[in-house]
Amino acid sequence: MTELPLIGEAIAVAAEPRLAGARIGVVTFPGTLDDRDAARAVRLAGGTAVELWHGDAELGDVDAVIIPGGFSYGDYLRAGAIARFAPLMSKIIDAANSDAKLPVLGICNGFQILTESHLLPGSMIKNDHLKFLCRDQVLRVENSNTAWTLDYEAGQEITIPLKNQDGQYIADEKTLDALEAEGRVVFRYVGFNPNGSRRDIAGISNAAGNVVGLMPHPEHAVEPGFGPESLDGIGGSDTDGLGFFTSVLNKIVGGDK
Amino acid sequence: MPRIVVDVMPKPEILDPQGKAIVGALPRLGFTSFSSVRQGKRFELTVDGEVTEEILAQARDAAETLLSNPVIEDVVNVEVVEA
Repeated sequence: MTELPLIGEAIAVAAEPRLAGARIGVVTFPGTLDDRDAARAVRLAGGTAVELWHGDAELGDVDAVIIPGGFSYGDYLRAGAIARFAPLMSKIIDAANSDAKLPVLGICNGFQILTESHLLPGSMIKNDHLKFLCRDQVLRVENSNTAWTLDYEAGQEITIPLKNQDGQYIADEKTLDALEAEGRVVFRYVGFNPNGSRRDIAGISNAAGNVVGLMPHPEHAVEPGFGPESLDGIGGSDTDGLGFFTSVLNKIVGGDK
Repeated sequence: MPRIVVDVMPKPEILDPQGKAIVGALPRLGFTSFSSVRQGKRFELTVDGEVTEEILAQARDAAETLLSNPVIEDVVNVEVVEA
């Protein structure tokens, strides 16, 4: 599928044809918002996006899964709490914990679903200032060895959008110390902590590095003209989020490079 | 019909941002005697028929798995309320 540019002739990257063989599933729950953007990001990065429905009983033929942002089940009960028990989620949990180590990325509400699923430790509570916040956010990539960050350098700063109300990451001190010691803090907020998250944590991974969750939205920063730089020029580039998707695609295609 | 009431509260060590906002609003209305507020959730599970030990056990299980998140919340009460 050829992706039409939203403006002009701009296409973020000349996607490598060899990546098209990698199939990335994007899950839609009732109330999901960013599934189309996530699928578009996969295609712009050169991969093949596969639509997945929360009620599906089987995962099908996918090489990785993205759980996108939004408000699954209206955030009722707790953000992500009801989506976590969707039929497809049990398949995703099994595949993520299996020897095959299915790469899974949870963005925003997807991150909340991953913590509710116990694929990632800790939880998100309401922002400390209680407001919904939408801004361009600078992050530092602390770990460039996960399935979703291989195309970044450790210490690299990227700017991608952030938009949430329940974004305050919390865990007990012991868990936080373990995450730090094991290099599982994958992203940290830089310059400004937008929600009171413990230790400025924006994203974490599981021990194996195949499951990553973060509150900000890389899928909204994959195309020139539609990223943070064009809004207020606070740094980075319009396509700082693209590396998430090229990372996993390159990892899947692997030896063919 | 009997109901099983489940009360869930944020864990004591976790700052409750909603409770904090409420305690800030109380004095503005003249309610000056309250130094702290914590906001929890109450669930009412209606049972068709008698509440057996097994049904109560199910409610406790549901309270721990779905109704609360043990990372941030405690189930502080599970009790049967008649009619």
